[in-house]
Amino acid sequence: MSTRFNTNINTRIHTSATRIVLLLSMAVLAACASKVRLDDLPAVVDRPNSGGIYSGLDSTTRSGADSSSVNATTGVSGTAASSNQITTIQAGGTGNTTGSNNAADAAGLLAKRSVYFDYDSYEVRDEFKTVLQAHAKNLSTKRTVKIALEGHTDERGGAEYNLALGQKRANAVLQTLQTLGVPATQMEAVSFGKEKPKAQGTSEAGFAENRRVDIRY
Amino acid sequence: MTLTTQLANCLLIIRRMGIALALLVTHTLGLAQLTVEIGGAGSQQYPIAQLGFVGDAIADELSAIVSNDLSKSGLFRLIPNAAGAVKTDYTQTPNTAALRNAGADAAVWGTLQKTSTGYELRLRIQDTVRSTAIDNAVFTVRSDVRFAGHQIADRIYEKITGQKGFFTSRLAYVTHLGRDAFELRVSDWDGQHPQVALRSKEPLMSISFSPDNTRLAYVSFESRKAVIYVHDLVSGARKPVADYRSSNSAPSFSPTGKSLAAALSRDGLAQIYSMDTNGNNLSRLTQNNAIDTEPTFSADGTQIYFVSDRGGQPQIYRMPVTGVGAGNAQRVTFIGDYNVSPSLSPDGRLLTYIARRNGRFITAVMDLNSQLETLVSDGSGADESPSFVSNSQFVVFASKVKERGVLVLASIDGKVRSTLSLPNADIREPAFSSPLK
Repeated sequence: MSTRFNTNINTRIHTSATRIVLLLSMAVLAACASKVRLDDLPAVVDRPNSGGIYSGLDSTTRSGADSSSVNATTGVSGTAASSNQITTIQAGGTGNTTGSNNAADAAGLLAKRSVYFDYDSYEVRDEFKTVLQAHAKNLSTKRTVKIALEGHTDERGGAEYNLALGQKRANAVLQTLQTLGVPATQMEAVSFGKEKPKAQGTSEAGFAENRRVDIRY
Repeated sequence: MTLTTQLANCLLIIRRMGIALALLVTHTLGLAQLTVEIGGAGSQQYPIAQLGFVGDAIADELSAIVSNDLSKSGLFRLIPNAAGAVKTDYTQTPNTAALRNAGADAAVWGTLQKTSTGYELRLRIQDTVRSTAIDNAVFTVRSDVRFAGHQIADRIYEKITGQKGFFTSRLAYVTHLGRDAFELRVSDWDGQHPQVALRSKEPLMSISFSPDNTRLAYVSFESRKAVIYVHDLVSGARKPVADYRSSNSAPSFSPTGKSLAAALSRDGLAQIYSMDTNGNNLSRLTQNNAIDTEPTFSADGTQIYFVSDRGGQPQIYRMPVTGVGAGNAQRVTFIGDYNVSPSLSPDGRLLTYIARRNGRFITAVMDLNSQLETLVSDGSGADESPSFVSNSQFVVFASKVKERGVLVLASIDGKVRSTLSLPNADIREPAFSSPLK
């Protein structure tokens, strides 16, 4: 597999557009050089190679130029060292827009992109209603803009249950925005649970900062 | 394939890729190795004299792998420099009386011989208390000395404890190397010799091995939301199998490997669904106004255990795999007001989960017949994600030591434990495969 050219290239989203296109082309051409099925790939991930990390499980019918870098073994050995497959994923999201140029937003409400929650609570507090009203008003003229409502929790408890609780918070903000006139189809409520804390550490102030829903559009 | 169709396909792929780009990185070296720290009471450990193997040059290497496995499991205490502890040819029997006096209940030794296709190890295990032979076995050693060492250690484990060993199992886990650097790794049972299956700038969680060990299901946030992937470890191919509106999480393979249970919040709060491993034939199994999540199959495949807060607080319930239409969900946990992350033992007898007690998150093991509960840690590190190893005698879970994420392997009675850590990264989300053949 002729993909070693880019091993040390750290491609980032802010790289110039030409460079991205060039690299994408190179990677994809390299991918296409092997006969790996790419039809059912996720949109953000390139699969430039076949070859598993489970060298011991006999991986047969490997094709393409990469077969030379694959050292699959059979027999009792289940763990022979071989080249292995790593997929690197670059983040798919864009940065949260901060600040506002909207002249009507004199109070700076649109700059507020987070709704905070009490411990063990999933109710949108009254103090955030004006923020959500400002966003709903702003969005009333932007019906094609997609809005992500990203729920978060503090670090206490299980990752999966927290994911569900973060979803519950995001759902609550979605419902509030919906009552303020934003169509549900324009929004998606998602959750990161406790996986992406804004504040590190175990202080109560930090926990409070992490119990939130971020509004991204 | 003609050049034209090849280019057309490539353009299609470029469009699908959007702004993201994946790089292939050939890797084997350079990953820091996990440190294993062993705790546990001496009285719970089997004292044995591992005398080593005589013969070819790789005999010492093989012997070291076996010794490492036995001592790192925490279940064996290797008697160092025991009297008479000299390497012995397999045809001889060492001075077992002296070994017994040095505290060893059993002795292990053997001879490695070169053959036309590799090596052959003749292994002997002797009961030093009764002076009787425990085992006399022959192993074929091919190019993979490490795997052969794990197989030999499995044999010793089984002959001495009466339970199957798990040293040929693979361990999957997630490392968090920095703010935006996550890796899904698959390693030897003890975290050594890791290989990176996936690198991402967004979190990864909830890893589940397919019963045949060839695939992993997990949750990736790479598209800024929770999406379930199935990742083939042989071909390296991965595919999103649940990417519905809102969150898709908590995947778990059925014992046949043909279906997945998962929690989807496409209709509001998380609810339990099943699907085949390509994501087709989606079927909703629970229907209520509470959170239902973390489904996991019983060993016989007839029940799904899951977490629900339908009673106000998260507790573990079970229902038939066909869903609640075929009968009501039954509550399983009754102690405390927070029990999450259920996982069943392969032998079907035990349930492990995280119990919150006095504000601490503690790994618990419950005997499903007697409903007796054992807390296998003190909860000082906020435990998470417990599951059993293949022989149902140990649980593995994530915990914290000095704010650093570590993995803990603890016996089901909580008396033996080993801690796996990395010097400069958090590790979490452990999952054991069944032993490789």
